[in-house]
Amino acid sequence: MSPWLEKQLHLIDFTLASLGRRKTKNIGLLVAYTLIVFVLASLTLFTHALRSEATFVLASSPEVILQRMVAGRHDLIPPDYIEKIGRLRGVQKKEGRLWGYYYDPVLNANYTFMARPADEVKDGYIMVGNTLARERGLAAHNTISFRSYSGKLFTFEVSAVLSPDSELLSADLVLLSENDFRKFFEYPAGHFTDIALSVANPQEVRNIAAKLSSSLPDSRPILREEVLRTYQSVFDWREGIVLTVLAGAILAFAILAWEKASGLSAEEKREIGILKAIGWETGDVIRMKSWEGLLISLTAFLLGFIAAYVHVFHLGAAVFEPVLKGWSVLYPSFTLVPTIDGLQIATLFFFTVFPYTAAVLVPIWRAAITDPDAVMRA
Amino acid sequence: MIELSDIKKAFNQGKPNEYWALHGIDLALEAGKVTAFRGPSGSGKTTLLTIVGCLSRPTSGRVRFKGEDISGLPERFLTDIRRQSFGFVFQQFNLIKGLSALENVILPAFPTGRPRRELISAADALFDQLKLGHRSAAKVEWLSGGEQQRVAIARALINDPEVIIADEPTANLDTALSKEFMAILEGFTAAGKTVLLTSHDPLVVESSAVHRVVGMRDGRLTDD
Repeated sequence: MSPWLEKQLHLIDFTLASLGRRKTKNIGLLVAYTLIVFVLASLTLFTHALRSEATFVLASSPEVILQRMVAGRHDLIPPDYIEKIGRLRGVQKKEGRLWGYYYDPVLNANYTFMARPADEVKDGYIMVGNTLARERGLAAHNTISFRSYSGKLFTFEVSAVLSPDSELLSADLVLLSENDFRKFFEYPAGHFTDIALSVANPQEVRNIAAKLSSSLPDSRPILREEVLRTYQSVFDWREGIVLTVLAGAILAFAILAWEKASGLSAEEKREIGILKAIGWETGDVIRMKSWEGLLISLTAFLLGFIAAYVHVFHLGAAVFEPVLKGWSVLYPSFTLVPTIDGLQIATLFFFTVFPYTAAVLVPIWRAAITDPDAVMRA
Repeated sequence: MIELSDIKKAFNQGKPNEYWALHGIDLALEAGKVTAFRGPSGSGKTTLLTIVGCLSRPTSGRVRFKGEDISGLPERFLTDIRRQSFGFVFQQFNLIKGLSALENVILPAFPTGRPRRELISAADALFDQLKLGHRSAAKVEWLSGGEQQRVAIARALINDPEVIIADEPTANLDTALSKEFMAILEGFTAAGKTVLLTSHDPLVVESSAVHRVVGMRDGRLTDD
């Protein structure tokens, strides 16, 4: 083995022995530091997984949704509107959609009611989202009644509960037949809420949106990528809120870790003096302490990250769930598919390991450049 | 072997608390001999040894080691010389607590990159020589004063230096242990090593193991 390598092994050896000698300080440091990494990693893993989930779920939604506007507000699509669009090159399918919101006083929650073709949901039946089913205690073949906005009572039988895979977006969803939808909301015949257009070529989506805007000036095309971006912004915004709320705690832990890492005890200073007197160079002392910093920060990073991974992907991110997941009143329950972004890990690594190493090195460097003769005078 | 010419050393130079510890020392020290520096506290003995042992630089004057001027060398080279050529036995022993005697002894050799196995066998040989083999795995804080000093001596010898510097080596030892130390000292000269030590202790300075006594007072050499 080369002397250089042998020397590094000696330094690591000594570092490990040093860490063991100051157990209380180092364990305290490790715990505080692991906690910071855990909180930050949980947050980034969770929001990243949510974004991926949203992208995954929205992948099967229509590329363009056309809404009609009156006085700048969303209005119903009149009966002849779909024909007005005519034939557009690249559009595979255009379909009028019916959907609306319903407030359920039982749960104090808003549901999204959406009409589906008769071959999917028959008259008198509904399909419900997993969260809604759970909250209202519904299962297939149960019946449930809703009082419409006009005061009439409608009773439906649950034909199926929607797959939990899409729960992030279908938490509060109720699917019913077109006839039932129109009767329940007293929706005018021939009118629709909006129009969904399927476009095969993603490059064409913007051109088609531009054509729609010019041929139907009173309409507003909404692109899937825009919806996705909105979801991303919502998650970013929530991540920001959590970070703001946790900023105090993170800062407190960071200060604790910094203080513990950078405070050199008299005993440590004395040891540095001894090492220098017996023939260690300033560089050797700094290298040894760098190993120490690296070992602590890497261990804390790995422990924090693994704990965050388990917390997010196996324990459902219990700590952040209420803030980060779902909207309105119903919180979807689902297991996130583990997705990890290399850049995110690298960023987290840089912002946790790097400041720590700097915190350790500055005081060590100060102590290491002092004259070794001080030890003779102790 | 070591020549000092007009060595002066000031602390806090240029500040109101400026203090001159050495006022122009001229001295030649022979190889293979034991030289004791005698003098009261504050006479400059320790300061002089730190300069000879490359632990600090003189404010002015020259230090020659084996004919080479080392007083102006950068820290890195001084450290190299210190590691290879000087072994230190400090008054307070300055062992690192929490480590075993063996780990303390091999510490000065870490920067050399010598294989661990080689270091351990060298340390074991020293422990045998110093009759400390049975205590090599014990943590240093569990050792008696005499045992701690022998660990410090083994540590000073691990890199096989030509010069041993011992600062008040018997200050923390009783008479029996002090005599034991002097016996070890004789072993050093028999092995051809040069020993420089400071002491107030008559048991040391009047010992037959000491070849030369250099008196110091107020940062100057005295005639006795």
